[in-house]
Amino acid sequence: MITQFLLRGFDRKIVAVLFVLLAIGVLVPASNLLLSPENPLHVPTYAMSLFGKYLCYALLALALDLVWGYCGILSLGHGAFFALGGYAMGMYLMRQIGSRGVYGDPVLPDFMVFLNWKELPWFWHGFDMFWFAMLMVVVVPGLLAFVFGWFAFRSRVNGVYLSIITQAMTYALLLAFFRNDMGFGGNNGLTDFKDILGFSIQADGTRAALFAATALFLALCLAIASGIVSSKFGKVLVGVRDAESRVRFLGYRVEHIKLFTFVVSAMMAGIAGALFVPQVGIINPGEFGPGNSIEVVIWTAVGGRGTLIGPIIGAVLVNFGKSVFTGAFPEIWLFALGGLFIAVTLFLPRGIVGTIQHRFKARQAMKAARDAESGIDSDTKIQPAE
Amino acid sequence: MTTFRNAAAAFAFLLSLLFSGLAAAQSDPAALFDQLGKANFAETEKIIAELGKTGDVKLVPAFEAFSAGDLYLRKEDGKVFVARGTGATLQLFNPATGEATGEAAKGALTKLKVNNTVRRAINNALGGLTLLSPDKAVRFAAAQAVLKSPSADNLALLEAALEKETDSGVRTIMEEAKAVSLLSSDRPVDQKKLAIETIKKIGGRDAIGILRSAEASVDASLKPDIDKAIAGIEDTLKLWDAAQNVWYGLSLGSVLLLAAIGLAITFGVMGVINMAHGEMVMIGAYSTFIVQEFIRQNAPELFDWSLAIALPVAFVVTGAVGLVLERSVIRFLYGRPLETLLATWGVSLVLQQAVRSLFGPTNREVGNPSWMSGSFQLGGLAITWNRLWIILFSIVVFLALLALLKRSAFGLQMRAVTQNRRMASSMGIKTPWVDAFTFALGSGIAGLAGVALSQIDNVSPNLGQSYIIDSFMVVVFGGVGNLWGTLVGALSLGIVNKFLEPYVGAVLGKILVLVLIILFIQKRPRGLFALKGRAVE
Repeated sequence: MITQFLLRGFDRKIVAVLFVLLAIGVLVPASNLLLSPENPLHVPTYAMSLFGKYLCYALLALALDLVWGYCGILSLGHGAFFALGGYAMGMYLMRQIGSRGVYGDPVLPDFMVFLNWKELPWFWHGFDMFWFAMLMVVVVPGLLAFVFGWFAFRSRVNGVYLSIITQAMTYALLLAFFRNDMGFGGNNGLTDFKDILGFSIQADGTRAALFAATALFLALCLAIASGIVSSKFGKVLVGVRDAESRVRFLGYRVEHIKLFTFVVSAMMAGIAGALFVPQVGIINPGEFGPGNSIEVVIWTAVGGRGTLIGPIIGAVLVNFGKSVFTGAFPEIWLFALGGLFIAVTLFLPRGIVGTIQHRFKARQAMKAARDAESGIDSDTKIQPAE
Repeated sequence: MTTFRNAAAAFAFLLSLLFSGLAAAQSDPAALFDQLGKANFAETEKIIAELGKTGDVKLVPAFEAFSAGDLYLRKEDGKVFVARGTGATLQLFNPATGEATGEAAKGALTKLKVNNTVRRAINNALGGLTLLSPDKAVRFAAAQAVLKSPSADNLALLEAALEKETDSGVRTIMEEAKAVSLLSSDRPVDQKKLAIETIKKIGGRDAIGILRSAEASVDASLKPDIDKAIAGIEDTLKLWDAAQNVWYGLSLGSVLLLAAIGLAITFGVMGVINMAHGEMVMIGAYSTFIVQEFIRQNAPELFDWSLAIALPVAFVVTGAVGLVLERSVIRFLYGRPLETLLATWGVSLVLQQAVRSLFGPTNREVGNPSWMSGSFQLGGLAITWNRLWIILFSIVVFLALLALLKRSAFGLQMRAVTQNRRMASSMGIKTPWVDAFTFALGSGIAGLAGVALSQIDNVSPNLGQSYIIDSFMVVVFGGVGNLWGTLVGALSLGIVNKFLEPYVGAVLGKILVLVLIILFIQKRPRGLFALKGRAVE
């Protein structure tokens, strides 16, 4: 009975965060578009774009939390799914440039003309259609996660080994995307985007819409993730995290459970990447860097793994800190980030939200114990008959 | 094509008829030299060849003078002299005998023109002439010159020289030169067959070139022999190429081994994921830099010893950093490998930035001592000294570490703690200190790797990052907790990498290796040499 009560409380928190996100998604673009720049409540476009970027990172961290916090899979390669989603969006945006590129080729992007390519590689076909590109945003990372997870989970690679091979995966992709012959723009990546769905990517209106879309998708994914973890399936998921062998002996197909979660998480990461690219205006192989993926882990850890809300808060806080630090004292940032890694693991293993929840639960438990001592039923609050 | 070749052959035949008549008439060297005065370039070539055939060693200075542009025509009587000196009047010498024959004003002389074809002809003739020199080194050089630019004209001389030759080294070269020259001569087919065999023995790309060019001119019956010889040489070359790849692979493998072996201790024995391991390597490299700077400023004569001095320094410095790291961070995280991974990643960021702030973001110059620079040839292999030393060094480090683990009291305690911590503790082993010193040892070895890597890689704050993923791959591939696994893993990854490189390029090769490892881990999640029994979980 107590757990049910707590779960209901948990859901209420998620719902609150959902409302906050939706409110942000409506109010920030509205203030940007409707209020005059003199108004103290006006949000300038650059700030909105920056915050939009944080929300993309938050979605990525949320995706990681689903696998790490609830399933115990520490993926050091989530940046790869993010980047793949970003590249899918980038390819759509590249095709939208059309003949407005530097070389004016109606079909080939500039870098292909520059490399003397004569025709579009097969995997670039279809990306001129928005729906196809958006499909690829979830399909490509999902497929990679499926293939990778299929092999890894079936042969029971877990723990540190899994972390290391996910890192190797993103590293291999980093090397691959750096190659010019891969057909993804090599070192420079994809950039110089002009418009999305016919709207100029620089226009305030488009940026506001992108921001709203990001907030909306973050809310949507949060709702999905919360739905997953609070369902029966979510209980099994936590079981896999805490006692994998026991869950297996109870008759569950652990590898299927892991695979499903991993693929869903990779798709969310892909969506995050796709929302990220039009807001920053570039995608390059650097996004595959193993360091990026580990940073996502620290956002999640700072906010609190296994809380869903924590990673969102962690991603926004750490990236806000990064923007402030790298602007003011660039030398200090790596010290600060490195220190954060050490401090969080040593002193704040539950993260911010996790610690607060833990305190709250502890107080609840204490109250329940006190009540039990005085004879009050903790669920019904009915005083014992005198 | 054929018609052109036929026409050219006919023309050459006519030309040779013309000149053989000319040469038969005047084979006296002095007269031949005088003919040079009026000859055009084509005739000059022919005359030089005739002069070369005389085998007269005394003509060498005249040839050298000709090549240097010191051969002049006296306008009044059409005679040719070697003229030396500066200023308006030049000393004259008889080209055939070398005797001084007075002097002449510069205006009375015309310089004989030399172009590259003529110079080549001179070198050919010189090569033939100096074959008979009493000096062994000169003969050797001459034989090599003939070998490089074979000509049928030198054949008779070579045979004469071979008869007199006593030195076996010079003889071999002469034999080879003879074989090469024979191919372009009009000797009978069976002699040419022998010559092809000899050329095949020389081997190398040059031999293939000689055979290819000979193929066009020789009798059709010899073609299969030549093709066979070329195929034989190509096979040998392929073998050497493979050997070279193995060598490169060993070299890369030894670097991987050095970088990974410290990790094999911390990760394999202690189960600690040390993402800052690469930074330990970097600190080792920077220690080398500091030691070298110190030596450069205070005792430059010790520079050749700088690496020997840097080794203990780097070991102690990185070992100390490792000890501090273990005591301050890692010991609180035992049993939580994923948290350890994150914390040590943080440490690596801090160390990188610290080094960047102290030494700047650019590459630092670390010199090679004299005994580590240069290379030597071993058969068809080019071997650089620094790679050779690094391979030897990695083997020494590996063996020393193995001995330490298997033979020393510390190694025994270490293994005891790895296998059963509680039991070891109740036997009186101070497990926390064993942990601390094991970690320090692993870090110290990373420092040693840094000293070696400073010799072949850029010493920059990013040095460690480029090795960390590879090192993890080696340890995971080889099997955790087994030093032999690390050795086999490092060497095989190095060799596979280098064998893939020529076919698919360096980057794609690396990607393939990563993919192969990922697939391999699916098959054997615990690596090549997996631990068995209770220690596994």
